[in-house]
Amino acid sequence: MALETIQIQEKLIETFGSSVFHFNQEKDIFSFEVAADKITAVILFLKNDPILSFHFLTDLCGIHYPDNVAERQFAVVYHLHNWYENKRIKIKTFINGENPEIKTISNIFLCSNWMERETYDFYGINFIGHPQLKRILNMDEMTSFPMRKEFPLEDGGRTDKDDRFFGRTPLNS
Amino acid sequence: MSNSNTKMVEPPEGVVGEGFFATKLNDVVGLARANSLWPLPFATSCCGIEFMATMASHYDLARFGSERVSFSPRQADMLMVMGTISKKMGPILRQVYEQMAEPRWVIAVGACATSGGVFDTYSVLQGIDKVIPVDVYVPGCPPRPEQIVDGVMKLQELVKNESVRRRSSPEYQELLASYNIK
Repeated sequence: MALETIQIQEKLIETFGSSVFHFNQEKDIFSFEVAADKITAVILFLKNDPILSFHFLTDLCGIHYPDNVAERQFAVVYHLHNWYENKRIKIKTFINGENPEIKTISNIFLCSNWMERETYDFYGINFIGHPQLKRILNMDEMTSFPMRKEFPLEDGGRTDKDDRFFGRTPLNS
Repeated sequence: MSNSNTKMVEPPEGVVGEGFFATKLNDVVGLARANSLWPLPFATSCCGIEFMATMASHYDLARFGSERVSFSPRQADMLMVMGTISKKMGPILRQVYEQMAEPRWVIAVGACATSGGVFDTYSVLQGIDKVIPVDVYVPGCPPRPEQIVDGVMKLQELVKNESVRRRSSPEYQELLASYNIK
């Protein structure tokens, strides 16, 4: 029997109650939200439950919502995949914008080690308990987190771009 | 021999007599250096593919004395930087340059190596002349092999006319010091 989304939803609510919410079908992927303090428990449950058995972490990434309230400025997104039923789910969890931190899942899925490092590198989200949380793609000397919306995309060191030729000055003088 | 099609490099200006030829040491050294530039390809993206075409039989960079591609900086004369150099790559490029023996020349091939190109962003070095001195810039995105060959020929002109004393001149030391290269 195929794994139905309603079955996933019922099992989660039965175990975690109100810590899992906002269940909905977004396009072709079943999605829901988890309270940040329950994320490791939920993912461990999804992985180890014999019926759910979401034993593969496809992706882990961050999102910045600068317009949200302070408590929901950053999101961490987890994509899980059940290979037996070929069923995919997406889990979102929102965290504080002032001091974004969440527990690591690198002890549950080893592959999340580098993904969490990347998320830290670009968003500055602190994964508590991560064995080696340092920059992975950007240069070590970098002090900012470039995927945050307040970070300017263009490099300040550029010398050959004259604003007049890019329509950035009101007067072409 | 006289009706051979073999093209030879013109001899430098000098006095020809019976059994002797007198010229400046500078010109002879320049001629020798310019026609045996060993390239070190530092290819990071699509400009590197154009360089492969430049090295291959159709465009044949070997005609200009660059037959031997040196993958060790210690035996190379001409560092060809082809492709986007990220800021993380900057120190590595600099280390490669420092490992090359004098005299050494640098060609920046393509828009990215020259100025950062379309990658006006936090992770990309905005032109390799931010970390090492560059002799010839080849424009294009990517440049045609003809353009790369033209860049090499422009560099040959520079090399031919370079004084043998240039590398120990205070101006050159000053240039290196401005890049913080010993």
